[in-house]
Amino acid sequence: MDQILGNIGLLFEFPVVNLKIVLDGIMVGALFALAAYGLALVWGVMNVKNLAQGDFVIAGGYVSWWLVGHGFPALLGVPVAFVFMWGIGWVIYKLVISRVIERDLFTSLLATFGLAIMMAQIMNLMFGSDTQSVDLDYDVLYFFDGFIDVPIAKLIGVLMASALAAGVIIFMKSSRMGQAIRATAQDARAARVMGIDTEKVYAFTFSLNSAICGAAGAIIVMVWVIQPFYGIAYSIRAFVIVTAAGLGNLPGVIAAGLGIGALEQYGSHIFGIGYQQAIAVMLLLLVLLYRLIQQRRNRQVLK
Amino acid sequence: MNMAKNKTILYALILAFTFVSPFVFPNFGTQLATLWLMIIVALTWDMTGGQMGYNSLGNIFFYGTGMYVAALIAIGLVYDVGDYTNAAGGGIYKFTDLEYFGGMALGVLGAGLFCSLTAVIIGYLTFGLRGPYFAIGTLGVAIAAGELVSNWDWVGGGQGIALPVYPGDLDTGKVFFYFLFAAIGVSVFVFVKWLYGTRFGAAINAIRDDEEKADAMGIHTLRYKLYTWAMAAFFVGMAGGVSAFQLIHFEPLESAYQTINLGIFMVVCVLLGGKGTLWGPVVGAVLFHLFKEITWNYLLGWQWVALGALIVVTVVYFQDGVMGWLEHKRPEWFGIKVEKKIAGETE
Repeated sequence: MDQILGNIGLLFEFPVVNLKIVLDGIMVGALFALAAYGLALVWGVMNVKNLAQGDFVIAGGYVSWWLVGHGFPALLGVPVAFVFMWGIGWVIYKLVISRVIERDLFTSLLATFGLAIMMAQIMNLMFGSDTQSVDLDYDVLYFFDGFIDVPIAKLIGVLMASALAAGVIIFMKSSRMGQAIRATAQDARAARVMGIDTEKVYAFTFSLNSAICGAAGAIIVMVWVIQPFYGIAYSIRAFVIVTAAGLGNLPGVIAAGLGIGALEQYGSHIFGIGYQQAIAVMLLLLVLLYRLIQQRRNRQVLK
Repeated sequence: MNMAKNKTILYALILAFTFVSPFVFPNFGTQLATLWLMIIVALTWDMTGGQMGYNSLGNIFFYGTGMYVAALIAIGLVYDVGDYTNAAGGGIYKFTDLEYFGGMALGVLGAGLFCSLTAVIIGYLTFGLRGPYFAIGTLGVAIAAGELVSNWDWVGGGQGIALPVYPGDLDTGKVFFYFLFAAIGVSVFVFVKWLYGTRFGAAINAIRDDEEKADAMGIHTLRYKLYTWAMAAFFVGMAGGVSAFQLIHFEPLESAYQTINLGIFMVVCVLLGGKGTLWGPVVGAVLFHLFKEITWNYLLGWQWVALGALIVVTVVYFQDGVMGWLEHKRPEWFGIKVEKKIAGETE
């Protein structure tokens, strides 16, 4: 208890610590937001709740790590992971996801959970259970007498994440396929009547989601570490963010991603790093409870 | 038709097998006990998941909590819990036979009651959630509980708790735990068989079929949902309590709140056997346990991949389960009369 109070006191004694926490949170949150946006896309368009989201992220990370291990430059990992995971996503869509779209909500949750177990284990068998990372030989920038350290690698990571997000936004807004995806999300039946091949849209959307996750993973492996079983952590955060922001609301997803990143960093600063996972899950429960209370208010009956 | 007589014979055979199996297969004592555990968690999951339509992914919370409550009661009756967990099974703490069995009895019972209570509290907060949100919310509760307990030093933190070993012969201990699990399992089966035939069973089925209509018909849906979950939690908590003593040593993330192991296995068992049927969870648990033990023995390294594949295949291609498939193929076994209609004929 004393330690927790001491940690809180530190925040007021050295306000610059706040800045560091918020910066770290934004960096973490930017990558969470990418995975969450993919989830929101798939959830909104085909009503599939993908619990294997985090495992796509980790798989993308391993693609990049494998490339660097074979002598390719690290920054090449991001586009290659994007393309490779696109293919994986397409295969998984054809084998599994296409059969759970029309089914009840729980089916997709369980099927993707089975998928998550399989993917994590296959990666474990292929790459071993050690944590892996790609080391970029960049400097670290220091501000405020060394109080704040910003590795340039992280900066590059955040920039790449924003570029990817911007690309996806522009694609969804202006391309024909983006329009078709949005139309299908609004009303799949009407879209079919209008001549949109929804089956193609679904396959495209799921592959796009998988590719976004893969690219996010390739960025993560440069900034932090990956391990075959870390996937669930990203899946949980993606669910927290989407539940908080709602579907089909990209600015909301990004804001929620950054906010949750910052909140989590504050939490682990105050309670200790051991509680990081617990804090993410508690945030999910709080968001669900908040939604519930909101709904109760809407559902009131006449007396 | 002597269906009733056939059924009596079937029940008698299963009961007889239950009694003799640990003596006929002495090498598989622990596996058979685990099989009963799977049957218990599958049957209780089906109470909410199959019969009431609320798919919880967090029933493992009651298993883990049951473990901890039973262990803490048994230890707390004799020693100071903080000192005991600090020693981390250092061996200076001895239990007499009376302390061991008395502590176990009170602990297992206390675990069941405590879990019922927490089910009511958590249920009050989460039963407003529908569909996937309920599943994610309950999964969140189970994960959060595991993470919080592993940071709680008073109950041993991430190290977990080491309980005393069964006093007496090791083989006798195995049989003893087998019969404890079997007793709980048989009670659960008899209980749900009775329950599904009552008005209560009809009410929870009504909630599954259409909750708004059930509400409008005057069924107090929240109360029914809470009672059902509390009953399920009672049995799961007791099973968790027995597991704590059987495992001797357990820790929070891998054995108590094992969200991605037992927590998902119970759901797969029910889906494999047939959701919302009486025998489905039992059949599913047996099949799943067989599959798991065989892959664990012969597919070393790939067992988890095989298990994940089984989950995907069951959920995607075979969701009605064995009993659902049988009901479709042999409706007369289930007392359903099918009028044979010739194509093109009108009534």
